[in-house]
Amino acid sequence: MIYFDHAATTPIAPKVLKAMEPYFSEKFGNPSSIYRIGREAKSILEEARKTAADILGAESPMEIVFTSGATESSNLGIKGAMEAAAFETGSRVHVLTTAIEHHSVLDTVKHLEKSFGAETTFLSVTREGLADPKDLSKAIKDNTAVISVMSGNNEMGALQPIEEIAQIIELEKERRKKQGIETPLVFHVDAVQSFAFKKISLKDLPIDMLSLTAHKFYGPKGVGLLYVRQGTKFNSQQKGGAQEKGRRAGTENVPYIVGMVKAMQIADEKRDKYSKKITSFTNYLVEKVTAEIQNVELIGPKSNQSRLPHIATFLFKGVEGESVLLNLDMLDIAASSGSACTSGSLEPSHVTKAMGYDDLSAHGAVRFSLGELNKKSDIDKLMENLPGIIDKLRAMSPVKG
Amino acid sequence: MSDLYGEKVMDHFTNPRNVGVMKDADGVGEVGNPTCGDIMKLYIKVREKNGERIISDISFQTLGCGAAIATSSIVTEMVKGKSLKEAEKISNKAVAEALGGLPPVKMHCSNLAATALLNAIEDYKKNKKGEK
Repeated sequence: MIYFDHAATTPIAPKVLKAMEPYFSEKFGNPSSIYRIGREAKSILEEARKTAADILGAESPMEIVFTSGATESSNLGIKGAMEAAAFETGSRVHVLTTAIEHHSVLDTVKHLEKSFGAETTFLSVTREGLADPKDLSKAIKDNTAVISVMSGNNEMGALQPIEEIAQIIELEKERRKKQGIETPLVFHVDAVQSFAFKKISLKDLPIDMLSLTAHKFYGPKGVGLLYVRQGTKFNSQQKGGAQEKGRRAGTENVPYIVGMVKAMQIADEKRDKYSKKITSFTNYLVEKVTAEIQNVELIGPKSNQSRLPHIATFLFKGVEGESVLLNLDMLDIAASSGSACTSGSLEPSHVTKAMGYDDLSAHGAVRFSLGELNKKSDIDKLMENLPGIIDKLRAMSPVKG
Repeated sequence: MSDLYGEKVMDHFTNPRNVGVMKDADGVGEVGNPTCGDIMKLYIKVREKNGERIISDISFQTLGCGAAIATSSIVTEMVKGKSLKEAEKISNKAVAEALGGLPPVKMHCSNLAATALLNAIEDYKKNKKGEK
């Protein structure tokens, strides 16, 4: 198999798997139990929390809430902060996000609008897929309680100007303090795709909440975390036990948490080297595709500084993404498509649409996301086949490619 | 992805029958739904034989997913040599059945080949009227 879908998921690294192993059958205790193996599990859990906090530059380990993945983290963070703000102010609150967020954020915001009467704004983006901090600044209202912006987009790799946005939000917080506006303001960042490539130090960057999931950086699926800066108010969503200081009920998934934190350590250590390697692979892929195939467009930001290193999404004019993927799959090459046809809904991707591409062009999207499983020769093998596949599909198509 | 589609769909997707433009077509039918990402164009040639009008040749062009390409391909096989009357009876559902079924989500968005055929027959009839 040639695997070009690292943005979907990654395999668990051998070192991570090894770190997890003792906590399944041997050291299986429940961290809430008072006897020895329970206490041992608790101590492992808290050690993992401290390591995660250190890697992220958090002030205290208590700022880390372990979850089942980024979908839960973003649900918990956004819903929790909106509920807390509405309760505190006793009035309708506003949530501000972008039109290109992952569905775990978008659908949470839409849910809040429907079930909770929240005011919502979905910021538009440029043709390159970038949100404009000035637009964001203008969209902030006195009752804005949550602003959620992803750091790197999963469909086309645009890196949003998080630092600039964070500064704008800090200024807004100061303004509110001065003017006695009581609505709390929480900045949430979905850092799922960017973590392995772009260091975020929460010491220097005023982000209030951050979502991560382990399986995008060679950790296990089904485990993630939500960073919550001290003093940020949010309501827990999952009710039950007092785990995670009452912020997330349910017995902690010790082996998976250990695995995630090990994967975070490795990713943190290897970040620069890994980024460099993957950037060179992706650049090579982009060069080859655009040189050897006509009428193809790499979507997203043009400059490498504004792109995630591992994602290259192409629009092949006159073909539909799924038919390209099927042809690649027959050669045991795995890639993915922006076309929602494959994901079970009929609409083309909300991301390409938000960037201003028409429906038909959006359906021609094919995403390649590179990572640890790739060698340079994988790209050569892909390119032995891809031009022929596109030619064949275009020959069949009534729309000129 | 072989789990997504059955063997017959994959066969028609991999080796589509009767692909291409027909320059001297008697009727052309087009259906498309850009939102779904599928556009089909069907060309027919019609001959009279024993007082019946027969589809003597047929070809297609399709931009679309696996299901869209496979339904286009199989419909050309299903109606080649058939009378217009018989061809008109073929439904999108019958096309999907001939392929051994399609994933439910594809039934509406990518299963348009019979509609394209009807449009081609309609176009042929209109052209015919114009001649007279």
